[in-house]
Amino acid sequence: MSDTVHADDEEGPVTSDQLRLIGTPFRRVDGRAKVTGQTRFADDLSFPRMVHMKLVRSTVPHAKIVSIDTSKASAMPGVVGLLTGDSMPDPFGILPVSQDEHALCIDKVRFVGDPVVAVAALTEDQAHEAALAVEVEYQSLETIATVEEAIATPEPRIHEYGDEGNLHKKLSMEFGDVDAGFEEADQIFEDVMYFEGNTPLPMEQHATVALTEETDRITVYSSTQTPHYLHRSLAKVLGLPAARIRVIACPNGGGFGGKSDPFNHEICAAKMALALGRPVKICLTREEVFYCHRGRHPVLMKIRTGVKKDGTLTAQHLQTALDGGAYGSYGVASTYYTGALQTVTYDLPKYRFESIRAFTNKAPCGPKRGHGTPQPRFAFEVHLDKIAHQLGIDPAALRMQQLVKPDSITSNWLKVGSMGLGKCIEAVVEGSGWHQRHGKMPEGRGLGLACGSYLSGAGLPIYWNHMPQSGVQLKLDRSGGVALFCGETEIGQGSDSVIAAITAEILGIDLKDIRLCVADTDLTPVDLGSYSSRVTLMAGNAAIEAAERARTLVARGAARKLDVPARELVFADGRVFHGENPDHGISFQEAVVEAESRFGTLGTTGSYTPPRSPGRYRGAGVGPSPAYSYSAAVVEAEVDRETGIYRIEHVWMAHDVGKCINPAMVMGQIEGSVYMGLGEAMMEEQVYRRLPKKRSDALVHKHPSMLEYKSLTFAEMPPVTSYIIEDPDPNGPFGAKEVGQGPLLPMMPAVANAIFDAVGVRIDQVPIAPHMVKQAIEAKEKGKPGRFGPKSFPEIDFGVPLLVPTPAEGGDGKAINIEDAGVRDGTGTMTERKDAVKGDN
Amino acid sequence: MKKRSDDSPEGVSRRHFLKGAGAAAAVVTVAKIPSVTEASQEVSDDPVIVGPGSISIRLKINGEIREVEAPPSTTLLDLLREHHAMTGTKRVCDRGSCGACTVLLDGRTIDSCSMLAIDAVGREVTTVEGIGTPENLTDLQKAFVEKDALQCGFCTPGMVVSCTALLNQNPTPDRDQIRQGIAGNICRCGTYQNIIEAVEHASRKGGK
Repeated sequence: MSDTVHADDEEGPVTSDQLRLIGTPFRRVDGRAKVTGQTRFADDLSFPRMVHMKLVRSTVPHAKIVSIDTSKASAMPGVVGLLTGDSMPDPFGILPVSQDEHALCIDKVRFVGDPVVAVAALTEDQAHEAALAVEVEYQSLETIATVEEAIATPEPRIHEYGDEGNLHKKLSMEFGDVDAGFEEADQIFEDVMYFEGNTPLPMEQHATVALTEETDRITVYSSTQTPHYLHRSLAKVLGLPAARIRVIACPNGGGFGGKSDPFNHEICAAKMALALGRPVKICLTREEVFYCHRGRHPVLMKIRTGVKKDGTLTAQHLQTALDGGAYGSYGVASTYYTGALQTVTYDLPKYRFESIRAFTNKAPCGPKRGHGTPQPRFAFEVHLDKIAHQLGIDPAALRMQQLVKPDSITSNWLKVGSMGLGKCIEAVVEGSGWHQRHGKMPEGRGLGLACGSYLSGAGLPIYWNHMPQSGVQLKLDRSGGVALFCGETEIGQGSDSVIAAITAEILGIDLKDIRLCVADTDLTPVDLGSYSSRVTLMAGNAAIEAAERARTLVARGAARKLDVPARELVFADGRVFHGENPDHGISFQEAVVEAESRFGTLGTTGSYTPPRSPGRYRGAGVGPSPAYSYSAAVVEAEVDRETGIYRIEHVWMAHDVGKCINPAMVMGQIEGSVYMGLGEAMMEEQVYRRLPKKRSDALVHKHPSMLEYKSLTFAEMPPVTSYIIEDPDPNGPFGAKEVGQGPLLPMMPAVANAIFDAVGVRIDQVPIAPHMVKQAIEAKEKGKPGRFGPKSFPEIDFGVPLLVPTPAEGGDGKAINIEDAGVRDGTGTMTERKDAVKGDN
Repeated sequence: MKKRSDDSPEGVSRRHFLKGAGAAAAVVTVAKIPSVTEASQEVSDDPVIVGPGSISIRLKINGEIREVEAPPSTTLLDLLREHHAMTGTKRVCDRGSCGACTVLLDGRTIDSCSMLAIDAVGREVTTVEGIGTPENLTDLQKAFVEKDALQCGFCTPGMVVSCTALLNQNPTPDRDQIRQGIAGNICRCGTYQNIIEAVEHASRKGGK
């Protein structure tokens, strides 16, 4: 760039006041390649001299590694390389506080599926055969299978870190005087609920190809949602400067949070490629995908809420217990997320939240779509349905009367901007005929309503820093084409189309004139990745900044040629013209030629950093977002009393997306969320099989295959009526907020509430299997409570809560008892920040 | 069939199972397939054993005769992807439960992950690459793009092949027939509703 021009250097041109692309159902930029099978996913790549790698995985859930014998394997046909854990001693992990994974296990294994040895051979079959020939001797340790066992078994520890014993994280926080809040209540409601774990199960298995291109440089292609974090982990474990590592995220064949962590197989492939000097590919088997997991945490919850006679909530006390599996992953954040967003939908003036996350000998849980928030949302929305029923208030009205106000700060110090939940509820109430039908349909048929909210990107990055969370770079030249460089990753959600459209809109050019180069750590500015629904808002804002700067440059070039002030120029339809006299103009390409002639090589950048959140207490880093999306759903269910078998007949889903960038794709995300939410409500579960303790230590995944892991097919998917609610948020690009995750949240509670409306029984856990409905009906017929669900929440000492006065109490966002609550050893935001600042990861 | 080895980390893998089963199948059927050159030498009722080494496998794929050396245990899916670099067909569940690897065999859908390549000898194989190209989309493919019937695109090739077969057999399916016809294909992005609309749209246009 020979002449750096910022948008504020000179008054910029005006954009056309009429949006031409944004808000229209333009076709996604990757559609044609995808319908013809031309899109190149990681497993579709092949390079000369490429070898194939397989991982030898632990067959036992918890054990010391006594010995590893690779002699037979190394003599097998085609075998070219073997790696064991001692070659990669540095640990890694997504969060700075949980650097607890190794590329290959060194001294112990922590779940069935933990990788121990990597084998490379000329063909995939040869690598597989050789992997079978590796002999690993284990010395079993006690298996810890559940949260209850983790609490009762502090030794042996699965990890040598964490808040205590086998509890990875333990937290307790109180916003406002919660006891006083309960005293104000006329009635206190209490429920214990359970949300079973489930897995992202992307269609595409994780695949990685690593190759050494030049001396001391390595390139890693991978199906990852977070190339930037993979880049950091590779640098750490390989001991190479980050500048010599290039990570390219291929389009992901689905992610859903399951490809947001750096993975051991990715690091092993890179290490193997460096060792062999030839390309190395690994494509996981479907079974291995279930072991990568990083899916929904199983969570047991106790929710207690004080309510006035008119339904006003006065206080809530929520306790959650997460079964984290064998590693940290995003778990510390997940733990906070099981409480953080309870406050952004309905006014909750006082709120206490306590949680633990346990380590268990199972595949590690992580940030599946909704990340930690669907579980407490399920509990809250079913709980509210019960409250409404008991108080004789319409469930929709109960919610409508206490919606969080726009531009307000919640009791736990989250800043809410635009808030369209009311409009969402109105839309689904109207669409479903709620008032005419809820509680009034024949036995066996029912309607259930539930709501939810989600982040449009997390306010803070995963590692503490002050740099932008997203960046976009534009290159323009005499061809008239615009090359757009951005670290964002297309995982199916349509992020490529969104940033291309935003840029095309501002420059007034056709989508086809934008050449995308994304998710390449050598070529593209850093974007933190496709997680927490952050890309449209963050990369979108960065694209706006870069495009506006480019427009200013081009306008200044065109202004001289057209003899019109730059600020009077309009960019639209591939032209740059005088706003008052549209005929007086030149093509965009001619305008770029003028600008290039005047300024030399043209390029601009844009970046985005979220606004600072008002919370200043330990833990305030989880929950803030530049904007919250809102959703409301009504589900219609038909339940057979004899068998408990139920069908979902129809779903009405309204989602406040702020502003639609592309309504077709917004609808697609809404329907996709409905689909996945219904799967979680009805059938999806990542569960384990265990023999009686005295007979065996075994703990294995019940069904690591797509046939037995049930998910919805065409046959079960009900019709969905979607409503797009637009309540533009000042922080969003053109006012846009997220849509990829939010609409999943109301589905599970809406199904449970619909079953109650149909047959009058409460199922307080998901997935809801027919036998649960049947048992609850039978119990009710015998005069017992018509309910199926967990009986009790374990006794846990959560410690002294961190006390944070609420805004209404005159608080300043800080805790008032840091000394009493203490900064615990092991984890905690204070130490997190300290470590993050001094360490490089 | 190969016995389970106790040190196997994954127990009996499908690959192993298939290898065993595949070899058995080859013994019975290969002798009658003239285009497998090693086997064609001898035409008799006696079983001919081929493999485990590579043999020549000659297939008609998307109208072209293609020949390649591969072990007889190679699945049709692996032959397409690994030996012919036709990567449009996807490996997802690798055991015939998701439909992502669907190709047409003499016009009928099959899961290419669960069929040996040698069993396709003498028959017409059609993959997604043989259905349309980005420059020359079929009406169905156009409808997929127009109706936003895809997100991540990983199930999409299998969906396109299955829907093409459905429209070939029944050019005017109703919604239930569409659901039935492609129920074997799983999509994790949840695009089902739009796929049904895309098929209806293509059907209305009389195309496929």
